[in-house]
Amino acid sequence: MRDLLTRERLITAALLTVFALLPPVAEAFGQGYLTNVASRVMIYAIAALSLDLILGYGAMVSFGHAAFIGIGAYAVGISAEHNLWEGTLTIPMAMAAAGLFALATGAISLRTRGVYFIMITLAFGQMAYYTASSLSAYGGDDGLTIWGRSEVLGNPVLEDDTALYFFVLICLALCWWVASRVVGSRFGRVIAGVRENRARMSAVGFDAYRHQLVAYVLAGMMAGLAGALLANHAEFVSPAYMSWQRSGDLIIMVVLGGMGSLYGAVLGAVAYLALEDVLAGFTEHWRVIFGPLLILIVLYARGGLARAFRREGPSREGRDG
Amino acid sequence: MADPILELAGLRKSYGALTVTDGVNLAVKTGAIHAIIGPNGAGKTTLINQIGGQAAPDAGTIILDGRDITGLPIHARSHLGLARSFQITNVLPGFSTLDNVAVAAQAHAGHSFRFFRSVARETALTEKAMACLETVGLADRALIRAGALSHGEKRALEIAMALATEPKLLLLDEPMAGTTHEETARLTETLEALRGRFTILLVEHDMAAVFALADTISVLVYGRVIAEGAPDAIRTDPEVRAAYLGEEEIP
Repeated sequence: MRDLLTRERLITAALLTVFALLPPVAEAFGQGYLTNVASRVMIYAIAALSLDLILGYGAMVSFGHAAFIGIGAYAVGISAEHNLWEGTLTIPMAMAAAGLFALATGAISLRTRGVYFIMITLAFGQMAYYTASSLSAYGGDDGLTIWGRSEVLGNPVLEDDTALYFFVLICLALCWWVASRVVGSRFGRVIAGVRENRARMSAVGFDAYRHQLVAYVLAGMMAGLAGALLANHAEFVSPAYMSWQRSGDLIIMVVLGGMGSLYGAVLGAVAYLALEDVLAGFTEHWRVIFGPLLILIVLYARGGLARAFRREGPSREGRDG
Repeated sequence: MADPILELAGLRKSYGALTVTDGVNLAVKTGAIHAIIGPNGAGKTTLINQIGGQAAPDAGTIILDGRDITGLPIHARSHLGLARSFQITNVLPGFSTLDNVAVAAQAHAGHSFRFFRSVARETALTEKAMACLETVGLADRALIRAGALSHGEKRALEIAMALATEPKLLLLDEPMAGTTHEETARLTETLEALRGRFTILLVEHDMAAVFALADTISVLVYGRVIAEGAPDAIRTDPEVRAAYLGEEEIP
C-alpha cells in the first residue's frame, strides 16, 4: 500500500512538473501557442478530476457534468456583461452557482439508480443547455463574448496568457490536492463503500443519499471552477459548453485515464485532447478513428492509462486506502 | 432477564394476495439467542427484512429497546443498535477485510463528513476492526480483498461488521447457508462465544446449529408463529413435527 502511495505521489509530482516547465520550454522552441493549448488541457483536467470523484470513486455516472462547467462559465460571462471583473468575487460565485445547481439536481437525481440516474442527469444537463440558449440578453445561441479577463484584486494580470496558464496550474494543483485528501478521508471511504455495496452501507448505519449528495455538490463546484477558468481562457461563453456531447467527452476522459485514479483523470484529459488535436490534423472525421480506439481501450485496457503505471492489475483495493 | 430488547406486535405483510407475515407477535429477551425456524416460504426472511427496515410492514409495530422503529430508515435503525447479516452474502468486495469492518466501526464513531484527515491514521477504528476480526477468527485475513475470501469467511466477516457497530440486537439471516461442515462448526463456535455479550435473533436452516445455540425457538409457518419455547419443548411439539414433515430432520 505504502509503495502504491508513493508511486501515486511520484506520478502526480511528475505531471505537475511537466506542466510547470511547459511554458518556458515551449517558448524556447518557438512554440509559444502550446501554452495556450495546455491551459485548456489543464482546465479540462480539473473538470475530469471532479467527474472522477463521483464517477470513478462513487460510481455515479453523471451524464450532465458539462452543465456545471457551463454554469461556471456563464457566471463569469454574465458578471463581465454587468461590468463585474473581480475574479476573487466572480470565481467563487461561479463555484457557488454550479454547487447550487448540483444540490438542486442531485437531490432529485440521486434518488434514482443506474440508467435512470444517467438519464435524469442528462435531462438536467439539457435543461441547462436550452436555458442558456434562450438567454437572449446574453447572446442566446450565439454565445457571449467577454471583452477581457477576470481581474485579481483589481489587477488585470490574467490578460497575459502565461500568467493565466500558471493561475490555471495553481487551481489544478489545489483541486488535485483537495481530491486526494477527500478520497483518503472518512468521507471518501463512505463514498467508495456505497459504490461497492449500498445495501451493506445502509445496514451498518450510513445515510448513503446524504453522503452522495455532498460528493455531487463538491464535484459540481469543482467543475464550476473549471467553467470559470474556461470562460477566462476563451474570453467567450456559449451554450455549447453544456451540450451533452461535452458531458460525454468528460466521461471518455475519465474512462480513458482510468476510473478511480486521480492522476488517471488528468492523464485522460491530456490524452483525449491531444488525440483530438492530432487525429483532427489527419481528417475532420477523426472520431471514426477515435471511436474504435476507445472501444479497444475499454475492452483490453480496463483501468485506462493509469493502469500502465501500476505494477499489478486493476486492483481496486488501493482506492480506499 | 430484563425487558425484551425487541418486541413485534401484530406484524402483518402481504405481497398481493399472499400474506407473508400474518400477525406475528414476538419478544426477544435481552442477552438471549433466539432462533426462528420454519419451512421454506414460511416468511422468515421477510420478517427479518421488516425488522431490519429493508421491507415495510403493512400493519403492526416493531419496538427496539423501548423505541418504536417501525417507520425508521435502515441507517437510523443501525444507530439505535440494530445490526444484521444478509442471507445472500453482502460485503464490500473491493475493500480489504479490515476496511470492511473499519467502515462499519466508522459509522458509529462520530460523523463521516470529514474530508481532509486521512482515514488510514484513525487507529482507533482500525484497532476496533481488528478486535472484531479476532472475535470471528479472521484476523489473519485482514489485508485480503474481501471479494477474495471463501464463502464461509465472508459470512464470518459479515458478523464482524455487525459486531463493529456495537449492536443491542444482532439479526442473522441464515449465517450458515452454503457453508461447509467445518465452516458451520466454526461459525457455531463463534456465535457461542458471543452468547451473553450480544442479543442474537437467528434465522437458520441448519437444525443442529439452531438446537445447539438457541435459548428460545420460534417456529414460523405460513407467516404465523405456531410454537415457541425452549429447544426441548420444540423438538417434541407435534404441531412442529407435522409442519416439518418431509422437509427437514429435527434432531
